[in-house]
Formats: sequence, structure tokens, C-alpha cells
Amino acid sequence: MAASPVEVDPVTVVLESHRNTPGALLPILHEIQDALGYIPRDAVVRVADAMNLSRAEVHGVVTYYHDFRSEPPARHVVQVCRAEACQSVGAEALIGQVRERLGCAKQERSADGRYSVEPVYCLGLCASGPSLMIDERLHARMTQEKFEQLASRMEKES
Amino acid sequence: MKEVTVYVPKDSAALAVGANEVAAALQVQCGDRGLPIRIVRNGSRGLLWLEPLVEVATTGGRVAYGPVTVDDVPGLLDAGLLEGAPHALCQGAVEAIPYLATQERLTFARVGVNDPLSITDYEALDGFSGLRRAATLDSTAIIEEVTNSGLRGRGGAAFPTGIKWKTVRLAEGPQKYVVCNADEGDSGTFSDRMTMEGDPFMLIEGMAITALAAEATEGYIYIRSEYPHAIASMNEAIARAEAAGFLGDDVAGSGKSFRLSVRKAAGAYVCGEETAMLESIEGKRGIVRSKPPLPALQGLFGKPTVINNVITFASVPIILSRGAEFYRDYGVGRSRGTLPLQLAGNIKYGGLIEKAFGVTLRQLIYEYGGGTRSGRPVKAVQVGGPLGAYVPESQWDVPLDYEAYAAMGAAIGHGGIVVHDDTANLSKLARYAMEYCAIESCGKCTPCRIGSTRGVEVIDRITAGGTAVASQSEQVELLRSLCDTMLNGSLCALGAMIPFPVLSALNQYPADFRIVEPAHPRAAS
Repeated sequence: MAASPVEVDPVTVVLESHRNTPGALLPILHEIQDALGYIPRDAVVRVADAMNLSRAEVHGVVTYYHDFRSEPPARHVVQVCRAEACQSVGAEALIGQVRERLGCAKQERSADGRYSVEPVYCLGLCASGPSLMIDERLHARMTQEKFEQLASRMEKES
Repeated sequence: MKEVTVYVPKDSAALAVGANEVAAALQVQCGDRGLPIRIVRNGSRGLLWLEPLVEVATTGGRVAYGPVTVDDVPGLLDAGLLEGAPHALCQGAVEAIPYLATQERLTFARVGVNDPLSITDYEALDGFSGLRRAATLDSTAIIEEVTNSGLRGRGGAAFPTGIKWKTVRLAEGPQKYVVCNADEGDSGTFSDRMTMEGDPFMLIEGMAITALAAEATEGYIYIRSEYPHAIASMNEAIARAEAAGFLGDDVAGSGKSFRLSVRKAAGAYVCGEETAMLESIEGKRGIVRSKPPLPALQGLFGKPTVINNVITFASVPIILSRGAEFYRDYGVGRSRGTLPLQLAGNIKYGGLIEKAFGVTLRQLIYEYGGGTRSGRPVKAVQVGGPLGAYVPESQWDVPLDYEAYAAMGAAIGHGGIVVHDDTANLSKLARYAMEYCAIESCGKCTPCRIGSTRGVEVIDRITAGGTAVASQSEQVELLRSLCDTMLNGSLCALGAMIPFPVLSALNQYPADFRIVEPAHPRAAS
């Protein structure tokens, strides 16, 4: 039973495009996550089948790397650097403020599922810390006031 | 009116403080005022406290203004920005700024000057002349040049580059690889990122020369996912270099083939370890391999592989274009050439400082860095990333040199320098080092996998206070013994070097661990 063209799903496209890529698993997982926001369980099965790997091998790779998610992400992902250079200019206090502000004080994701706050270990902005990344946009020399502006902007758009 | 060229950097460190918004404001407001401008998005000069650093081309050279915010743009235009007129933010002629003027920029000579993705601009500043020369030499002559230059691996291990290449060239096998380690995960380092964003053709040129020397035909650049702009920049530069004949079937007219592609990492620090990186490129979990076999003999997909760091490859073009002696004349002892140092953390003037080996930490922290950003006294300086030691003030005058640093139990690593003021608590930083090791350990060897967690626990017991002094000294002994096991028993540098920051913190800042007794009886005996 052939799928109609409109139903061609991203996983098929990604697998097809990497047929000849050596060691293709990481690029494949990145692209699936770029398309779907995460790597669903059924995609793991299909990737394993297509690459002649066991499901355990693919699951192992998905769970080994910090980047890959097995669940859909929050609407806004805030990654705050907590490596040494940012610590030296107040990263720990900033993380606390960010968590508090976004309702993530006790858990990684806010109760309404809109925000998640995650630690990240170095964004390469070590002379301009503390730094954070919101939905892949970088922000350096962060202060509580500047974060408040970013937070209210996120509130307005979501 | 004549069109004026205005430079607004697109380096991540500039974007993160609003460079795109500044560029847009300049474009719109100059349009409104009928002032014709051409905006070039250059790399960063590395004067990071001044970002976004806007430069204006005038008849008297390029004049710099920074740090510029969107709100500053109308005032700057009123003052005569486009003529290079005085303003509170004016830094004068950019190349006369002492921070820049006193550097010895060999690798970073082009970074921040032009549009990083213009091959014409690259070639105008000596770009691809090293590769063109390499294309006329045979592989042994290229290797000899690099060996004679004294270049050693800039990623941290400082292994002689020419010797590594020779091993790969002499290895048997029809398929060989060149792999660039761009998984710059160390906190306090950003020179790889600045190179990839600010002068990507230099990395491509260095890798192409390496491929000719090692007789390799395929290459990968493994870039950390936290660097989206570097990934985009390298992908675009590779496409352009291929179209211009510097990559592909006939590299710079050599008749030899070399194909290059980017691999995006996935957020595992340990993949900066070369064998874990190979596993990752092969599509597996980034688990460290046992050595031997050396990657030079059995590396990527089991084939002979040259692995070097970004800055190592980036140092190669100038060695080929200006000759081994030119490069070797910089530096001290067995540390030849220059090192792009990265001054970071709690520092007033943080940035990229390329100097010949032999510069001292004190010069860097005070003459360049101007002390802490907070204005408080410097308490601790970590050199070489999360696996580097905290270097005490008594050693700040030791010239930067691989051997001198090794002799004092420290490492230069990738040239990252992180400054902390007197509000830092070194027991917390030591605990963080162990905690980080526990999070990032690949799990293959026991000292790193288990030792890091036990390390957090024992540091907690030492600092808990309220325990009897005898019991605390037992815990300190236990921490030393644990560090000894990790240092000698771990498979790779992650577990083996985490004791450096931990022990240097313990030895120099015992009060932070709430230790009242002498902290290191062994050192005293």
C-alpha cells in the first residue's frame, strides 16, 4: 500500500537522503529532531530497520547524547550556561532567577509546559558571560533586567 | 555622496549582544538620512568587551566605535560616525588600539578584517598561498616544513604535528582521513569558534594541506552543536571552496582529490576526546577507545587518520606560505610559534589575544585584561579549561610554555584562561569539576565513572563542617587517594585530568574547604 505523496513523512525523507552517508546515525537523528522537535519511539524502530542496527543501538545513541530528546520540547527552551567562566560572573544566581521567573523552580519544565530551563556547558561566549540561549538565539552579558525583557517578550508571543 | 563602508561583526559574541539589531538600525537610519552605506558583516577582532564593535572605513583607515547599542545609533550618526568623527564610544583607529596592536597575530591575522565568506577577500590577504605552494610539493616536503616549524597540537596534548602526519602518510591503506576536532567544549575557550566564524577558509586550507601531506582523500570537521553559526559558516565556506577548486577532485591544481564535510556533534563533552569523537562520527555512542591502536594507524572507520584541533590546522597555511623558519622564530624553548589565548570569566577586558609563547599570566590578566570585571581582587585563575589547574599567584610570572606548565603540574590546554574574583569559593569549583566529570563521563572506565561521583561525596563531607578534625583529614586523604586513582587509572584525559583543578584548589585554598589543619602533609614531607 503506497502512501500518497502528501503523506510522505520527514523520517522517510531523512532516511532516504542519507542512504550513502557513512556513519549516518547522528545526522539522521539531528534531522529527525529538527523536523519533529524530538525523536519519537516509532522513529527509533524505523531508523534501526533502515540502518540494519538493533533498536537497542539506536536507543543507546539517542539517550547517550544530551541533545536528543525522546519527548516533545517545551514551547520555549532556555539553556543557561553554568560552566566555570559564566559561574565567575554570576551564572548560578542567574539560573535561579530564570527558573523562578519561568515557573521552573522545582522541575525542568513549567507546569503549563511552555518553558523548560536546561543547563548547558559552554556556549563559547566566555568573555561576555553570563550567557544563555533561548530557542537557539544567543544572549550574552545577561542580567536579571535584561532577562525580564526577554521573558516578557516570550510571554507575549506564546 | 560617496558610499561609506561600515563593518558590523557577525561573530556569535557580537550577535549575542545585539549586532544584528545594530546593523539593521544603521541600514534604516542611514537610508532615512540619505547617507549611502555598505554594511560588511566581518568576523570579530576579539576585543569582546567592545562588541558590537562598529568600524567605519575612512580615508585615514578604519575607525572603531564600541560597544554600540541600537539606542546609540542616532547619536553616532549625528556626531558624524561615517566620517570617523569623535564620540564617547569612539576607540580611534582600530589597529592602533593597544590590546590589538601589541598582539602577534599570525593565525588570527585576517579574523575581523573582512567578510569571512569572501574568497576574494581571503586571497587578497595571502589566503590559499600556503595551499598553492603545498600543491607543488611532494608529501614528504610538506611534512618536513611543518616538522621544522615546531608546530605542536594546539588542542591540548601538544604532540608534534609533523610526526603525527608522517605516521599517517607511512601507514598502509588506500583510504585515509583527516579529521578536525572542533568540539571546543572547554569553558573559557572560543578561539576555534572565532576561527570557524571569522576565517573559515583558513581551516579549510589547513586541512587541504594536511590531506596532501598525509595522502588522505576525505575529511570531516566535527563541530559542537552549541555552535550553530560556526556550522553554518563552515558549510557555506566548504561549498564555496569546492566551487573555486580548492577542494574536490583537483585540489588547487595538485591533481589530488580531497572532500570535506561537517559533522554536527550532539552535546557530549567527552566527544572532544579524539577516539570518542571518531566513534561519534561513525554514528555510535561517543565512548572512548583504548589505545593502542593509535588513530593515526586505525582511526576513523578503522583507517589511518590525522586528527588535529582547529587551531592546529589553522596554523598550517602560514607555515607553508611564509616558511618553517618564519613560524619557528616565534616562541620559547620547545614551544614554537604563537598561541591564540582566550581571556575569559570575571575579567574587565576579555577577548582573544594571540601572542608568541613566553607571555606570562600576569601580563595577560593585568596588562591586557585590566583585572576583574567586578573590580574586586583576582582570587583564582584556571588555565586550560575544566581539566586545567588553578594557577596560584606565585606562578603568574612563569612564561607560558608547554614544558614549564607541565613542570608545575598545570596545563596550557587549549589556551583558555578563566579569572575568578575573591567571591569565588574554590571548594564549590572543585565540587563542580567532579560533578561535571560525573555528568560527562562516557562510563567506559571505572575511575572516571565512579570516581567522579565519589569525589562529589567526599568533597561534601570535607566541607560539611562540624566533623572532628581527625575525620576531616581522613576525608582529605581519601580525596587525594581518589584523585591518584583517577589520574593514573582513567582511560582518557577527562578522568585523568579532573584531579588537576580539584587538587590545585584543595592545595591552595584550604580555607575554602573549611580546613584548619595544614592541607597537604605530603607536600610538606
